[in-house]
Amino acid sequence: MDLVYLAIAAIFVNNILLAQYLGNCPFCGVSKKLNTAVGMGAAVIFVVTLASIFTWMASRYILVPYNMEFIQTLVFILIIAALVQFVEIFLKKQSKSLYNALGIYLPLITTNCAVMGIALLNIKHEFGFIDMVVFSVASASGFALAIVLFAGIRERMLISPVPRAMRGTAIALVTAGIMSLAFLGFVGMVD
Amino acid sequence: MSFKKILFHGLWKDLPPFRLVLGLCPALAVTSSVENGLGMGLAVIFVLVFSNMFIAMLRKFIPDKVRIASFIVVIATLVVIVEMTMKAFFFPLSQQLGIYIPLIVVNCIILGRAEAFASRNPVLLSMVDGLSVGVGFTISLIVISSVREVLGAGTWFGLRVVWDGFEPFQFMVRAPGAFICLGVFLGLMNAYSRKRGELFIQT
Repeated sequence: MDLVYLAIAAIFVNNILLAQYLGNCPFCGVSKKLNTAVGMGAAVIFVVTLASIFTWMASRYILVPYNMEFIQTLVFILIIAALVQFVEIFLKKQSKSLYNALGIYLPLITTNCAVMGIALLNIKHEFGFIDMVVFSVASASGFALAIVLFAGIRERMLISPVPRAMRGTAIALVTAGIMSLAFLGFVGMVD
Repeated sequence: MSFKKILFHGLWKDLPPFRLVLGLCPALAVTSSVENGLGMGLAVIFVLVFSNMFIAMLRKFIPDKVRIASFIVVIATLVVIVEMTMKAFFFPLSQQLGIYIPLIVVNCIILGRAEAFASRNPVLLSMVDGLSVGVGFTISLIVISSVREVLGAGTWFGLRVVWDGFEPFQFMVRAPGAFICLGVFLGLMNAYSRKRGELFIQT
């Protein structure tokens, strides 16, 4: 039951995008069409899960036993960058269809702060392995949910008369603020 | 570009995050109080100046194919230095900024300047460029956080600045306020740029 609470809290209450402000660049960049948003969401779930497992293991089995927590940032970013590169090469060779679906989003993910942020949060909360996996998948799903919902709104926004100065990123951020207000309503769900 | 142009381009022409829409995450996350905004800004200035310096020094030795990875290693090393310095001398601030300090590594402004400027310019000019963009970013953070702190908590830099009986809007210091505040700022910036006859740079 605790795991369910953990997942719900990560998806809705502490939504990685709308409550913790992580991953805004792809949020504004690739949310113009619904299908690219779905692709980005899927790629993020995939990479975040892998990256969290690897960074968590590196932290638990290498950095902590040898008292090297101070280079955590450096190690994590290298693991994430290497992993993204590796996943890209692997998908290209092994699964053409998955590569076609996710391929173009992968390079963008290295600089997506949601991936690094979730890896750091796992360590900060001192999760065990199962908790860590549930939290990572749920947080990444929260990101996917937010970006897909947002893309839906943005497609409609194209046909609505937005004031000229507010077009583009400006109105996107205001919309995100209103969505974030809606997500704030979930705070009562888990205490 | 002349020296003077490089010194000032970060303050208006390429002002992040308003005109160069990069680095939105810290601009939203740490601007709930002026103190946090300033702390973040100074950390970014340090990382930006020195990453530009080292990358400009190494630009002839870094092979083109692995340049992004090399830049990230340089930036991450500097971020580790900032993290340790903050923990040692500014502990309360480092607790408040939390995971956003290590996240400077993935701040697109720093990688952006490394790629666009430091990898093809001499050392001193690159440092000036880093300083200029960093100071511009810090000023922007201070502006956003001033609005949010005054409206959301009724204080500025921890000092009470509003009249008695003012009811602070809790909303402004929380997540929705951050998004809406930055969105409105971008809108104002666009309107002002249009009035001056400049082109839109956001899409």
